[in-house]
Amino acid sequence: MIDLSLLSDGGMPWLDASGRASHLVLSTRVRLARNLRGRIFGLRNSPKEREAVLTEVLAATRDTPQLAGAMLIRLDQLERSDRELLHERHLVSRELAGLEGGGDVRAGAALLVQNRVGVMLNEEDHLRIQGLHSGLALEAAYAEVDTLDSELGQRLAFAFHPQFGYLTSCPTNVGTGLRASVLIHLPGLVLTKEITKVLQGLSQVGLTFRGLYGEGSEVVGNFFQLSNQTTLAKSEVDLLDHLGKMVRQIIEYEEKARQILLRDAPTVIEDKVWRAYGLLRHARSMPVEEAMNLLSGVRLGVGLGLISDVSMYALNKLLVYAQPAHIAAHDAGGPELSRSEINIKRASYIRQSLTSGHDKTP
Amino acid sequence: MQCQQCGQSEAVVHLTQIMDNDVTTMHLCEACAAEKGIESGAALPQGAVGDFLATMGKGLGAGLPGMADAPHATCSTCGMTTQELRDLGRLGCADCYQAFEDPLRQLLRRLHGSTTHVGERYRPPGAEVEPPMAQAAELREQLRVAIETENFELAAELRDRLRGVE
Repeated sequence: MIDLSLLSDGGMPWLDASGRASHLVLSTRVRLARNLRGRIFGLRNSPKEREAVLTEVLAATRDTPQLAGAMLIRLDQLERSDRELLHERHLVSRELAGLEGGGDVRAGAALLVQNRVGVMLNEEDHLRIQGLHSGLALEAAYAEVDTLDSELGQRLAFAFHPQFGYLTSCPTNVGTGLRASVLIHLPGLVLTKEITKVLQGLSQVGLTFRGLYGEGSEVVGNFFQLSNQTTLAKSEVDLLDHLGKMVRQIIEYEEKARQILLRDAPTVIEDKVWRAYGLLRHARSMPVEEAMNLLSGVRLGVGLGLISDVSMYALNKLLVYAQPAHIAAHDAGGPELSRSEINIKRASYIRQSLTSGHDKTP
Repeated sequence: MQCQQCGQSEAVVHLTQIMDNDVTTMHLCEACAAEKGIESGAALPQGAVGDFLATMGKGLGAGLPGMADAPHATCSTCGMTTQELRDLGRLGCADCYQAFEDPLRQLLRRLHGSTTHVGERYRPPGAEVEPPMAQAAELREQLRVAIETENFELAAELRDRLRGVE
């Protein structure tokens, strides 16, 4: 089994809730899609060509300060359960981990990761340079990936067109190749039923939303990933500024919604919060969807100052460590466990986390 | 307001052009605007790129200028065909951007509102620095397209960059 303890903070320094507005914003991700000039893109190349991409990129990263000490994880050499772990930690996409449909991982699929930056290799684009930060940190996350991109761009020749910009496998990424996303918790807007309006508004201003686990994932636990829809015709700085402005506005709306809830329905909110906390602390079987929704309630309670003995760090950790592959990974039964057994283990893990020090890992 | 071109339909596209410091405004209906290669925001279809590509040449595609008769093309580098591009929704290699340039331009305009990259310029390792004259010529062309398509925000940015280069 893969040993992710070798990574600092398990590859998730963003979990520590140290960033701006981290009571609402869990993390900020910025990624740049890049392809190597003269090579066939990732969905059409052969295993041999993907191996060549890997060799070329690894040679270039060796003397790059940001990746010189990076851990290389060959996803194509990992069991499905290990690939699921990496996906649950937001380190790789479902596609790279080969978790779509039949679950085939493509030859050459790999991840380079060091602190807050990483590169997904042999996804649909040859490189997906990514940075993940705690809280709302668009500028900092971009600065980090931009530095790495410049370093790599001096050592590798990227596919670039004078008019279309950086060329990508999907036309939705062409131009800057930049996708910035902010993972934000919006229970106030959901409870006041304002969320539909906000989400409809997003599409009108060139933004989009996804669930907790990115593209194709459902919204659970009132977590939304807000990101730029377009990548062309705007500079990187403009794309980030625009998203940042909208996120700050949504944060304001969320704060207002919470005030309204507390003013107009304090008992309903308090009951919801404490009921969620009670269930998480005492239940004996806990399906993952229910856990995510209850954790949303507790998170709201902590944000409103109703619950004071749970930290955002503990809640962030639970979001990841209570996911199925993490629960299974820390049990001798591992992947053999049935769903109901995993639900029992999850309930037990959550009880322990919320009653003893709040920052245990399983 | 009537369309200044055909004088029959209602004008929905209001095109402002700046040429040699003269500002002219034209009021056009949807059809006349499309004839001039200008699209109004209202006409832009929503939806994922896969859906869009899947309908290229079919219902939606047939309604786009130049799309219904889009000739079958094959990328000489990776072998991607127009049909495969429709099915997969992904390009096979950098040269596909040339092989399918015309339909792609239309697609990019719909997806991103423009076809022109204004972000960071990339110089591959060992590439000679582009002479300022060539940069200026490219920017002028981009500026012309931006004004034609009423993308004034982009036009302003390009104008500033052009001044910097000149």
